[in-house]
Amino acid sequence: MTQHTDHSLLDPPKLPFEPLLQRNAVVTEQPWVRWLLTAAALAFLGFFLLLPLVGVFTEALRHGLGVYRDALMDPDALDAVRLTLLVAAIAVPLNLVFGVAAAWAIAKFEFRGKTLLTTLIDLPFSVSPVVAGLIYVLMFGAQGWLGPWLIAHDLQIIFAVPGIVLATVFVTFPFIARELIPLMQEQGTDDELAALSLGANGWQCFRHVTLPNIKWGLLYGVLLCNARAMGEFGAVSVVSGHIRGETNTMPLHVEILYNEYNFAAAFAVASLLAGLALVTLALKSILEARHGGELSTSRRH
Amino acid sequence: MDIQIRNIHKQFAGFPALDDVSLAVSSGELIALLGPSGSGKTTLLRIIAGLEFPDRGQILFGGEDMSRRAVRERNIGFVFQHYALFKHMTVLDNIAFGLSVRRKAERPARAAIRAKALELLELVQLGGLEQRYPHQLSGGQKQRVALARALAIDPRVLLLDEPFGALDAKVRKDLRRWLRELHQQTGYTTVFVTHDQEEALELADRVVIMNRGRIEQVGTVDDVYETPRTPFVFDFLGDSNVLDAEVRGRELRLPGAGEALVTDSIHPAGLVDLYVRPGDLRLAEPGRAGIDVRVTEVQRTGPILRASAALVANGSVVSIELPHLHHDAPAFRVGAQLRLRMMQFSVYPAPRTSSTGPTQTPVREREPGQRGRG
Repeated sequence: MTQHTDHSLLDPPKLPFEPLLQRNAVVTEQPWVRWLLTAAALAFLGFFLLLPLVGVFTEALRHGLGVYRDALMDPDALDAVRLTLLVAAIAVPLNLVFGVAAAWAIAKFEFRGKTLLTTLIDLPFSVSPVVAGLIYVLMFGAQGWLGPWLIAHDLQIIFAVPGIVLATVFVTFPFIARELIPLMQEQGTDDELAALSLGANGWQCFRHVTLPNIKWGLLYGVLLCNARAMGEFGAVSVVSGHIRGETNTMPLHVEILYNEYNFAAAFAVASLLAGLALVTLALKSILEARHGGELSTSRRH
Repeated sequence: MDIQIRNIHKQFAGFPALDDVSLAVSSGELIALLGPSGSGKTTLLRIIAGLEFPDRGQILFGGEDMSRRAVRERNIGFVFQHYALFKHMTVLDNIAFGLSVRRKAERPARAAIRAKALELLELVQLGGLEQRYPHQLSGGQKQRVALARALAIDPRVLLLDEPFGALDAKVRKDLRRWLRELHQQTGYTTVFVTHDQEEALELADRVVIMNRGRIEQVGTVDDVYETPRTPFVFDFLGDSNVLDAEVRGRELRLPGAGEALVTDSIHPAGLVDLYVRPGDLRLAEPGRAGIDVRVTEVQRTGPILRASAALVANGSVVSIELPHLHHDAPAFRVGAQLRLRMMQFSVYPAPRTSSTGPTQTPVREREPGQRGRG
C-alpha cells in the first residue's frame, strides 16, 4: 500500500539515510587527503618552476658579481643583447601592424576564406619552430628557391639579420592577432558603425573608436609577442648560422657558452632572459588586474 | 526631409529578408516599423541608414537617390539599441564627435562645437553631465546621449533601432513621452523600429506593420487598430479570438448559432474567420440578443474582469474582458448560460479556402446595432 503525501519546501521529506556530511557538502575529502594533494601540487610547482628559476640566478652569481658583470660586458654578449633588441624592435612593430590588420579584418568583416585565414594565423603555434626555420632556409638559402636570385643581387637573408627577423616574425605572428580577435569580435561593430554614421572616415573610425577600445588588449599582446620574440630559439637557431658578434641572439649565445662549458657566463646571460620573463609576467599581471575587462575574455597563454 | 523607399529586395543566405518593400515617409513624420523578430524591420532601417545595401530597389532622401551611398555620406542620425556610445570619451566628446571629425573646411571652431554639444545636452535634459563617462550614466541617460550625438550632425533623417528595448518599463514610458515631445520640438523625419506595439501606437504618427519581409499595413494608429487589413495585423495588435463563421447568401453567421451577425456581408459565400478582441465582447442575460454561451471561467484582475465562455452551438471557447464598471450583472459565474454580444469584429477569408483567399481584401464588418462605435 502506498501513500502519497505532499512535502512543501519548509517541510522536506525525511531521507532514508543520514547525510554523510552535514556542514559542507562541497569538500568531502578527509583533511589528510586535502593536505597531501595540496602539498603534492606545491612540490610539483616548486620543483619544476621555482627551483629552475632560482637555479638560473644562483648559477649566474655563483662566482660573484664581478664574474657576472664580466660575462655580461663581454663584447659578444653585448652584441647578442643588441641583436636581440634589434630583432624585437623590428618584429614586434611588424606583428603589431599585421596583427591589428588581421584581427580587424576577421572581427569586423565577413568575407570568403575567413576561416582559412583564422587557421593560418594559428599555424605558427602548431608548427615546430625548427620547421619554420627550415622553410626559410628552403626559400632563401643558397640552395633554396630564391637563393640564386638573392646571390646574384648580393642579398643575404639566411645566416644574416633579415633571416632572424623573418623567422622571429613568423613565430610570434599569432600573439597579437590571437589576443585581439576575440576581443574585437566581442565588442561588435556598433561603435564603428556609429562613428561612420556620424561622418568619420575609416582612419578616424580606427584611430578614435577602435584603437581606444582595444588598447589594453593590444598592449597585452605586444608584451607576450615581445617576450617570445626575444626568447625564440628554434627557428632563429636554424637560420642564424651562429656567427658570434653578428647573428647571435641571446638565446643562441647562451647555448654557445653552455656548449663551451662556460657555465657562469651562460647562466649570466640566461638570467637576463629570465629577468625579462619576470618583468613580462609582472606587467601582464598588472594589466590583467587593472584592465581585465578590456582584455580578450579567453585566456590562452 | 522625406524618404522614398522603392521596391526594396534583400536576401540573406537565400532567405528573403525584405520582399518588394515600398514606403513613403513624409517630411517631419514620426513613423514606427513594427513587427515580430525576423519580420525585416531592422533590415529595412539599416538599409535606409546605409548600413546594409539592398539587392534591388531604391532609397531616396528628398528626391535624391541614396541607394549606393555609404552611410557616412547619407548624413543620417542613427541610434543603436545598445547606444554604442564611445566608452573612453566623455559625454561632451561623444556628442561632439560627429562635428569634430569633419573635414577642416566644414568643421566649426572648437568653441562652436563645444557650445553646440552643450546646447544638445540641455535639449536632452542632461545639462551638467558633460564630463561624465558613459559607464557613469544610467541606461536612459545613455540613450539620451546617443540621441544627442545623432542630432549633433543635424541629420537629414533620424533612425532609431529599438530605442527603448534595453530599458526597464518605467524609464521606457518616460522616455517615450519625452521623445514624442522632442520630435514635436525638433521636427526631424524619424523612423524607429520596435516590436512593442504599445510603443509604436503611442509614439508614431503612422505605423508600418511588417511580417516576413513584407509590409502588411501602413496607417495611422487608428487605421491599423480599427481596420486591420489582415488577420496578422489584427492578431499582432492585441489579443484576439478566432471563430469559424460562414457566409450564406449575404448572411454571416456562426455555425449552429441562431441569428445572423450581419445580413449584408460583402464576402462571397463560404467559410470565413471571424476575429474579435476579448475587450469587444459583452455578456448579456438570457433572452437578450446575442449568441448562447456558457461561462467556463471567471477571474478578476484589478480593473478588468476576465472570463471564458464556450459557445453552446459548437463548443468554441472565447475569452472575454469586461471593464470593471460593466459587470453589474450578478450572473457572471461559472456555469451560467448567457448571451454573448460582439461590439465589433473583423472577418477574413478562411485560410483553407485559399484558392481565392489571399487575393481578397478583407473588409471589416460590424454588428449592425453597433455601427456607431469608434
